[in-house]
Amino acid sequence: MRYLLLISADEALEPEVISDEGLRRFHEWFADLERRGVLRGHEGLHPSSMATTVRVRDGEVLLTDGPFMETKDQIGGFALIECADLDEAVEIAAGHPAARFGQVEIRPVR
Amino acid sequence: MTDARAAVAEAFRAEWGRIVAGLIARTGDWDLAEECTADAFAAALESWPRDGVPDRPGAWLTTTARNRAVDRLRRARVGEAKLRLLAATATADGPTDEPSSDHSGGDSEPHDDRLRLLYTCCHPALGFEAQVALALRTLTGLTTTEIARAFLVPKATMAKRLVRAKQKIRVAGIPYRVPPPHQLPERTGAVLGVVYLLFNEGYGATSGDGLMRPELTREALRLAGLVADLMPDQPEALGLLALLRLHEARAATRIGADGELVPLEEQDRTAWNHATIADAVGLLQRALRRERPGPYQLQAMIAACHTAAVRAEDTDWARIVRLYDQLLDHVPSPVVRLNRAVAVAMADGPEAGLALVDAVAPDLGDYPLLPATRADLLRRAGRRREAAEEYRRALAAAGNDGERRYLTRRLAELDP
Repeated sequence: MRYLLLISADEALEPEVISDEGLRRFHEWFADLERRGVLRGHEGLHPSSMATTVRVRDGEVLLTDGPFMETKDQIGGFALIECADLDEAVEIAAGHPAARFGQVEIRPVR
Repeated sequence: MTDARAAVAEAFRAEWGRIVAGLIARTGDWDLAEECTADAFAAALESWPRDGVPDRPGAWLTTTARNRAVDRLRRARVGEAKLRLLAATATADGPTDEPSSDHSGGDSEPHDDRLRLLYTCCHPALGFEAQVALALRTLTGLTTTEIARAFLVPKATMAKRLVRAKQKIRVAGIPYRVPPPHQLPERTGAVLGVVYLLFNEGYGATSGDGLMRPELTREALRLAGLVADLMPDQPEALGLLALLRLHEARAATRIGADGELVPLEEQDRTAWNHATIADAVGLLQRALRRERPGPYQLQAMIAACHTAAVRAEDTDWARIVRLYDQLLDHVPSPVVRLNRAVAVAMADGPEAGLALVDAVAPDLGDYPLLPATRADLLRRAGRRREAAEEYRRALAAAGNDGERRYLTRRLAELDP
């Protein structure tokens, strides 16, 4: 099964992510993914203030400065994994450091 | 002819869950499993009255359902792997019907397929209502209409909920298994909750003629036994089994000759199943030795207080009040507060209980047992006119005929 993990948190907490402890946890998580051999793709994103949202209405391309949902928590990264089942995906998602202060949404890939 | 129909009905209650669980285990296809099982029962309805009831109805149904699945998969030209699995199991375990233990997902514990099905239905990625509905549908064969009625939602809503739950299991890759040991404790709470609800629905049917639906209580007891066997170190699993057995031991005396509910204080205590009670108390003691009391152990302790009293008037109501206090620490629900109020009424007099009932009433909404409880306490307090009024209200809210007969009798006693 393939799953996209959408990792989101309050962007104000970014210092936690890049603290020594945060980075150590992140490297542990990454090492676990490599051990399991499940990682198919993974990237971190620039903050949502750097986002541009596009809509086409009546043939007209409309741009908005910012993310499509103006909420406190924003997607900060994603990982595409291929693993046995939802239970394994949950284990992997729970190991991501951001799961401690934000959340990880697991979406099965079609 | 009627015997054959009765045999099909009996086999339905006994075999539905096992056959569905086995087919899901082998094909991974929930809809196919349910449909082929339903087809097998339809075939039995046609052939048993004509050809006689087979010696082993369960084996006949299993084979018929399995053949139906093979046919359908072959026609669909899909699932070579599934076909092989079905063929392999047909020769390996034969159409016999031991609880199959050969597909336990790689670990060494032999698991009943129904237990795997139950844990899968109770996966935390599904909402609680979906968990219960799916467990009822797949394990007991209750129809969507019956489940919708039990949940007080329209049939279409329930149908949608079931379809969505099954779809999520497939699409999100929820594994079909009893979870590995490290996940058992966190997963077991939902399983116990579903079994408890199933038993309650069977013990005090929310609809219908009968006070009880023994097929549901039987299924709940069996599942509780499986869960307790699987987790002998989990005191709440033992506590739940003890609780259900304590209720079951009194089941026969809860129903009068004409199907009316017989309240605890009027039950013939000599007719309780004392062997079952002793066995349940033994289980409860084993659970309590772990010193991790939880809601099911506490409720079992309350039930054991009742079964320990030789006469109704010997009941240690003060102890029961204390147990309800502890239960409230775990489950601060208005229903528990209502039950505690009854215990207080019995310990300290009906007026004390009524005051507590009135305090909790606003939180209970139109909980059907509220007017019946008030009515009984008003009657004990000698407030006949108010009691009669509440009995009338209780009658309007009663879920089944057994309760209605009991309430009608009480009402007749009040205004002859």
